[in-house]
Amino acid sequence: MSGGYIAQQIVNGLILGSMYALVAIGFSMIYGIIRLINFAHGEIIMIGAFLTLGLLQKLQLPFPVAAPLVLIAGAVVGIIIEKGAFRPMRGAPQVTGFIASLGVSIMLQNLGILLLTAQPRNFTFPDYLQAVVQIGPVSFRTIDGVIMASALALMGGLLFLVHKTRLGMAMRATAENIDVARLMGININRTIMATFAMGSALAAIAGLMWGGKFGQIDPLLGFVPGLKSFVAAVIGGVGSIPGAILGGYILGLSEVLFVGLLPPIYSAFRDAFVFSTLILILLVLPNGILGKKMEDRA
Amino acid sequence: MKRIPLHQIWYFVFVLSGAVFVFIARSTFNEYILSIINFVGIYIILAVSLNITNGFTGLFSLGHPGFMAIGGYITAVLTFPVAKKAMFLELPGWLSHLALPFLPALLIGGACASLTAFVIGVPVLRLRGHYLAVATLGFLIIIQVLITNWESVTRGPLGMNGLPALTHLWWVYAWVVITLYVSWKIKFSSYGRSMLAIREDPLAAQCIGTRLFRTRVVSLALGAFFAGIAGGLWAHLVTAITPASFSLVLAFHIVVMVVVGGSGSISGAFVAAVLFSTVTEFFRPLEESLDAYGIGEIFMALVLILILIYRPTGIFGTREPGFLTAKRT
Repeated sequence: MSGGYIAQQIVNGLILGSMYALVAIGFSMIYGIIRLINFAHGEIIMIGAFLTLGLLQKLQLPFPVAAPLVLIAGAVVGIIIEKGAFRPMRGAPQVTGFIASLGVSIMLQNLGILLLTAQPRNFTFPDYLQAVVQIGPVSFRTIDGVIMASALALMGGLLFLVHKTRLGMAMRATAENIDVARLMGININRTIMATFAMGSALAAIAGLMWGGKFGQIDPLLGFVPGLKSFVAAVIGGVGSIPGAILGGYILGLSEVLFVGLLPPIYSAFRDAFVFSTLILILLVLPNGILGKKMEDRA
Repeated sequence: MKRIPLHQIWYFVFVLSGAVFVFIARSTFNEYILSIINFVGIYIILAVSLNITNGFTGLFSLGHPGFMAIGGYITAVLTFPVAKKAMFLELPGWLSHLALPFLPALLIGGACASLTAFVIGVPVLRLRGHYLAVATLGFLIIIQVLITNWESVTRGPLGMNGLPALTHLWWVYAWVVITLYVSWKIKFSSYGRSMLAIREDPLAAQCIGTRLFRTRVVSLALGAFFAGIAGGLWAHLVTAITPASFSLVLAFHIVVMVVVGGSGSISGAFVAAVLFSTVTEFFRPLEESLDAYGIGEIFMALVLILILIYRPTGIFGTREPGFLTAKRT
């Protein structure tokens, strides 16, 4: 096994990790603010992927125009889900919201099947994004570079927003203590809506990247990456944005290295590996790497 | 002479009319309708048994199809004819010469599912609420991956087919009655009361001397036993078993039944299981003729969300209908 091969695997892991991280941020933010594990979050990946396909191939929009549109559309979908399903049951036990999110997830998957058919579709980016770049022993496509760079830019933007703006301050306050935040005059509904919008926008962009990376999309594609991103959020510590980013990269790297470095017979077990990690982390390190201590987890 | 209480007469009436129904159904309906009735029965077993874990003790488990898969595969391997075993499977010697009758195979399948629940439960039941749900979901996925890749015994993603068609309506009916009886007995025993107490307030339950952890493990293992039985019945009804059957979608269906019926209510789980599985069967031809796949699932998800918003306790809450319970003295 040469150094070049390992370097290549690490780059692949970082690309996968960027996508996990983007989705995990949304999981983490939503959990942080209303203690909801939002299973429907993974479906936003699917919606983002199909939107990208529609904008690029049906409407023939250029990529730099389509990408921000996907970001905005993701935010809108997030707001609709929050208003339609989760706001009416705010204050109910945590498990209620969790079951509801499972319901929303199954509903979105099947709406996808109903409207778009279960047939997988090919997903192609314009040629200039498919060109292969060679740096030393490592090669990747331009789109992979764009994925990594834009993921980093979005994460930076988000951290700025959360830590340096009034809205971000309101979000942090609501996450800390929703009742006190309300007493301080923070508009809770607006803050929660903004959280859903941001998290979903990032997941939709992750959908664009997912399509670009794997070249094929179908209405069920969001579910497993959604679950794995949740695992990433748990690894990093649910509720912490830097934790979600770290967890995403750790999971992406270890999954790719698990498949790339171990003998091929083990690669079929990668999902078992991911979810065993989840159970293990929940048991031995329930607050994750960067998470704050939170109540009632174990 | 001691008078028989009214509610016991009702039990008798229900069991008897169920038996009469099975008898009439078997002599009048065609194969297709009979198989639907069988599925409804299996769903009743699944919903009522998940209700023990999820409803009584409040352990939100998504692992039910995982236990079902364990029971189903073990039963299938045990009843598979010896001649076919040599052809399709690579089993260890003693197993390859073994073909058991249905009942012992089912019981072993259920027992193994229960044992797995015990082994999984001891570490995982330290988690609470939705964290437990996520961990059991992880368990379900791990089970699926293991079954898919253990080709010498399970034939991998292809699954095992050509199983003997042993399940018929009497088997299903008997297990429905057993499941209902056991879970009814538990609910109205002191053990069931401590389960409900744990669900309502673990701390208070512990203070009055309930063994928190042990009761949790037992309720998971008990639910898993019936899930394993249901898996065995399922496999020998469909006469095939594939890892893809035991998916999260199935877990979702069973959870919807328990939640919509009312967590903790046996009658609720029963009624919701009958309603939802017949509705799904009703949607299937509709989906095929309209070429609109997914309507059934969308309908179920919508009902779930509306129930959670407008009637979060489900149809029955935790209670049972008054005429079925003993009068307080």
